[in-house]
Amino acid sequence: MAAAAPAARADFAAAPRLFRLQTMPRDEDELYQEHILEHYEDPYHRGHAPHATHAHEDDNPLCGDVVEIDLAVDPQGKIDEIYFDGDGCCISQAAASMLVEHFDQKSVDDVKRFNAEDMLRLFGAKLTPNRQKCCLLSWRVLQAAIYSPVPNNGQPKLGAQQSPARPGKDD
Amino acid sequence: MSTLAPVLPLDPQTLRADFPILAIRLHDDVPLVYLDNAATTQRPRQVIQSLVDVYEKQYANVHRGIHWLSDQSTDLFEETREKVRAFINAPAREQVIFTYGTTEGINLVARSWGVANIKAGDEILLTEMEHHSNLVPWQQLAQERGAVLRHIPITDDGQLALERMPELLNERTKLVAVCHVSNVLGTINPIAEIVRQAHAAGAVVLVDAAQSVPHMPTDVQALDVDFLAFSGHKMLGPSGVGILYGRRELLEAMPPFLGGGSMIRRVKLDSFEPAELPAKFEAGTPPIVPAIGLGAAIDYLNAIGLENIHAYEQILTARAHQVLEAVGGVRLLGPAPEHKGGIVSFTLEGIHAHDVAQLLDRQGIAVRAGHHCAMPLHKRLGKNASVRASFYFYNTLAEVELLATALAETKRIFRKK
Repeated sequence: MAAAAPAARADFAAAPRLFRLQTMPRDEDELYQEHILEHYEDPYHRGHAPHATHAHEDDNPLCGDVVEIDLAVDPQGKIDEIYFDGDGCCISQAAASMLVEHFDQKSVDDVKRFNAEDMLRLFGAKLTPNRQKCCLLSWRVLQAAIYSPVPNNGQPKLGAQQSPARPGKDD
Repeated sequence: MSTLAPVLPLDPQTLRADFPILAIRLHDDVPLVYLDNAATTQRPRQVIQSLVDVYEKQYANVHRGIHWLSDQSTDLFEETREKVRAFINAPAREQVIFTYGTTEGINLVARSWGVANIKAGDEILLTEMEHHSNLVPWQQLAQERGAVLRHIPITDDGQLALERMPELLNERTKLVAVCHVSNVLGTINPIAEIVRQAHAAGAVVLVDAAQSVPHMPTDVQALDVDFLAFSGHKMLGPSGVGILYGRRELLEAMPPFLGGGSMIRRVKLDSFEPAELPAKFEAGTPPIVPAIGLGAAIDYLNAIGLENIHAYEQILTARAHQVLEAVGGVRLLGPAPEHKGGIVSFTLEGIHAHDVAQLLDRQGIAVRAGHHCAMPLHKRLGKNASVRASFYFYNTLAEVELLATALAETKRIFRKK
């Protein structure tokens, strides 16, 4: 195989040190900053609302991220319970956790007023347009969930409980 | 370490000097480590200069003008067709059709040959490892004609289960469409054997060669394929140009694909006579300058030697397997390195592919993350997404080793709790 071209000897010891590992930046631009990883690894209300009145699930087919949000809304429009479940990248799952924490005990009207820009601001770290889709998935799901009553409206779902599922474990 | 350094079939450091983009530094002054070559390769200055030269000295429309400049441009364009012919050992230039890319080439066959030859109840045999571009055109055709799609399954280690082929082939099978190298698994498929079985059953074979032609010698006559499609931008050329090779009898019997200028012999108000090959399939102004750039790319590749590129990439792949397996939690997709081209896909336990790719990017390493336009394959593998590192001759063993180091760092960031 080496016959057709002049053989070159790879000499890594003599090669200039072109490839060095950078220390990761740690400012507010850093995507994987502490509080995002905290939400990813120890999410707020991951599971299912025991008395869900509303629920919606959606995905980003291009990356396979999935988020489901369950809500228990009282007659005055207050969100008594809010839980999420899903699977996907750190950004999508951490954003869902932050969103659910933000709206726990708030109202449906607050959700309606909360636009995509508010969501990106809540998330905090700067995101490229591609990763904004990950962040906005849960926002999109929540906006749809408040218009999506579940059939067994408010009755405890069989087996509803904190999901033991952990993010990102794919098998 | 240097005493054990392997003798390499080419010298990547010398070749890298031809690629201006490989010298850029990004983020906080990190060198670029470009491992996304299965998506698109970079271009050497020889190719870039060829584009500038045409535009500055020789550009006009082809096959049209009676003027000097048009002759210049046409000559260059047709010289490229001859370069491509020789590159894949096609019997004749007319069997080399310029397209806009692999996707157009496959669609051309589906819309032209497919519509003329596929009837209700006919079968098209694909595989579980195809890129969407070799699935969707056949799904569209099958839906329209009432044809049946069947798929050669893959084994758990990502090779085609060829022993299943005899039962999947029958007298209704009209076409077998298969990739030469999987864009996710890196698997090199035994095309000659697939063609032998398909032809014995009376089926025509189309090969998606987007991931093979740039990386290894291709001989369409030795492989005995009926159609073969590939893209310029995955082999140092510009985007917007590709090639479809076809067997002469098939191409001659096929109706034209796109209608317009160039593809006609004569037009009346209510009818037309199609042109001869290859013009019949080249309606409109072709990608003139990209095609000429592809010619320059072929010159560059020939100077290195495709067998050297293939041998070198197998060394990179073998090293990648070795160093990635040493990173805990990495699961490599696809077969052992000796069955692969320069494509190594993997997952990192507990960390989504997009997060892995983003953290690698922070260290200057460009990889692809996602389903790589092969959603059914990922479903078969039970993965939502994977990370893909894909090599070309300008990548170095040091870059492969850096990938492993960077993955270890990625794990550290996620595991600090």
